[in-house]
Amino acid sequence: MRKKIALTVNGKAESFEVDVRESLLEVLRNTLGYTGVKKGCGVGECGACSVLIDGVPIDSCIYLAVWADGKTILTIEGVAQDGELSPVQQAFVDEGAVQCGFCTPGLVLTTTALAESGREYTKDELKRELSGHFCRCTGYQNIVKAAEKAIETCRHDGSCGNHHPADHYHDPEKQEGST
Amino acid sequence: MYDIQNYQEALTLSEATETLTRNPRMRIIAGGTDLLIKLHGGQIEAAELLSIRNIEALSHIEKRPDGVISIGPLATFTQMTQDPVIKAHVPILAEAAVSMGGPQIRNIATIGGNVCNGATSADSASSLFALEAELVLISSRGSRVLPISEFYLGPGKVDLRAGEILTEIRILPRHYVGFGGHYIKFAMRKAMDIATLGVAVLCKLEAGNILAEVKIGLGVAGPTPLRCFEAEAYAVGKAVSTDVLNEVGRLAIRSAKARTSWRASKEYREHLIQELVPRALREAIVQAGGGEIA
Ligand SMILES: Cc1cc2nc3c(=O)[nH]c(=O)nc-3n(C[C@H](O)[C@H](O)[C@H](O)COP(=O)(O)OP(=O)(O)OC[C@H]3O[C@@H](n4cnc5c(N)ncnc54)[C@H](O)[C@@H]3O)c2cc1C
Ligand code: FES
Ligand code: FES
Repeated sequence: MRKKIALTVNGKAESFEVDVRESLLEVLRNTLGYTGVKKGCGVGECGACSVLIDGVPIDSCIYLAVWADGKTILTIEGVAQDGELSPVQQAFVDEGAVQCGFCTPGLVLTTTALAESGREYTKDELKRELSGHFCRCTGYQNIVKAAEKAIETCRHDGSCGNHHPADHYHDPEKQEGST
Repeated sequence: MYDIQNYQEALTLSEATETLTRNPRMRIIAGGTDLLIKLHGGQIEAAELLSIRNIEALSHIEKRPDGVISIGPLATFTQMTQDPVIKAHVPILAEAAVSMGGPQIRNIATIGGNVCNGATSADSASSLFALEAELVLISSRGSRVLPISEFYLGPGKVDLRAGEILTEIRILPRHYVGFGGHYIKFAMRKAMDIATLGVAVLCKLEAGNILAEVKIGLGVAGPTPLRCFEAEAYAVGKAVSTDVLNEVGRLAIRSAKARTSWRASKEYREHLIQELVPRALREAIVQAGGGEIA
């Protein structure tokens, strides 16, 4: 069974047929060639396959391709602009947060979503927001450092793009009635 | 590729119930974080899926004029951690929601899927048991309202009849107004792990330190989530003290039907119940406006 979908990936509008059995991970890698989207576990545990869907981190291995109809997707290939690393990518390089690199695309994307939210995060909140990514190499310390630095940089100079719906990472102070 | 034979998308509730009536083999898919894992593992084959993801009317969270808190089944765990109504009136559900999975899972997993999946470890379940939530189930034949305790029949088994869709989770004012609550998820890891034990405690105080009402919901303490009625009854009317709290913990074990699994032994789970029920109650008392107990 096939279904036509229309979506935007890394700023490019795409429209094509997918098999309803396919995951978004399979379509991004096999149909569109975005192999920066990694397949680790295939069951939502590791975050290697995470992409931003309308600005929100989602594991593409357990997301059906048909669900992507009408959505805007960012993969790691769309993060650098005009050959320039994004502040998040630069922070990962500077802090030595990359070893084998398999977890890196997912972590950079989630960190990008956090940085773009414009919010501040305590260390505990940050660890919680990154907890859906497994890294088997680094021991996480440098990843957390890189994320802290990137979020800080973006808060100061607003240098991150905007791929997310502004209200995904709510301000914790927001109270009832303000919706 | 997932072993999916047929896939339909419903845009309205009536379209969904009609499709289910026409084709009873169809299974509802919401976030897919349970269903797709089962397809991947081969526990379900040649699936016929009916997606309800795009039925907008099912993703609300609101407090109605009569005080009832109404949660649509498509509300995601992320939504529950952040929703102002949940945070203001049933913060225990926000605590439970944030303990679940990791961010990417919370961004897509729904509370309806969590409940309908029927796992005793479901992180929303023990709190929903303590809150005595009611479930609204609709099919093309009509609708019925069921207390959540009657919905869970056994491991992975719920009272969802052919053609039925869970359309609303309701929490009545008499079950949340004036209560303080606390949820403790005990797991081997701090994130991305299934609970070894889930403990949800709600309490209401009288005259500052008398327990007027206590409700204890446990997950993974038996084949389904459960309440600890004996411990609850004992607590009512008692002045808060360490002895009373410890006795509540001891009595809670009597309602549990803990068993040994690869995650933990029966004895260990019972030990956890005895330790964590008083700990959750202690915090619930503070949340209800009572003092801290030394
Ligand atoms: C990596 C990972 C980690 C996880 N961690 C946790 C955890 O920490 N705690 C926890 O509790 N769970 C956890 N889960 C399990 C799962 O994410 C939750 O149970 C989730 O809430 C299921 O919701 P869903 O919308 O994805 O359900 P789906 O998979 O779409 O559906 C689950 C079941 O419910 C039925 N269903 C769904 N909605 C309805 C409805 N409205 N009416 C009738 N039937 C319906 C479906 O037919 C299916 O049988 C985890 C899963 C993964 C993959
Ligand atoms: S490959 Fe998707 S979460 Fe591991
Ligand atoms: S750098 Fe190798 S898995 Fe993270």
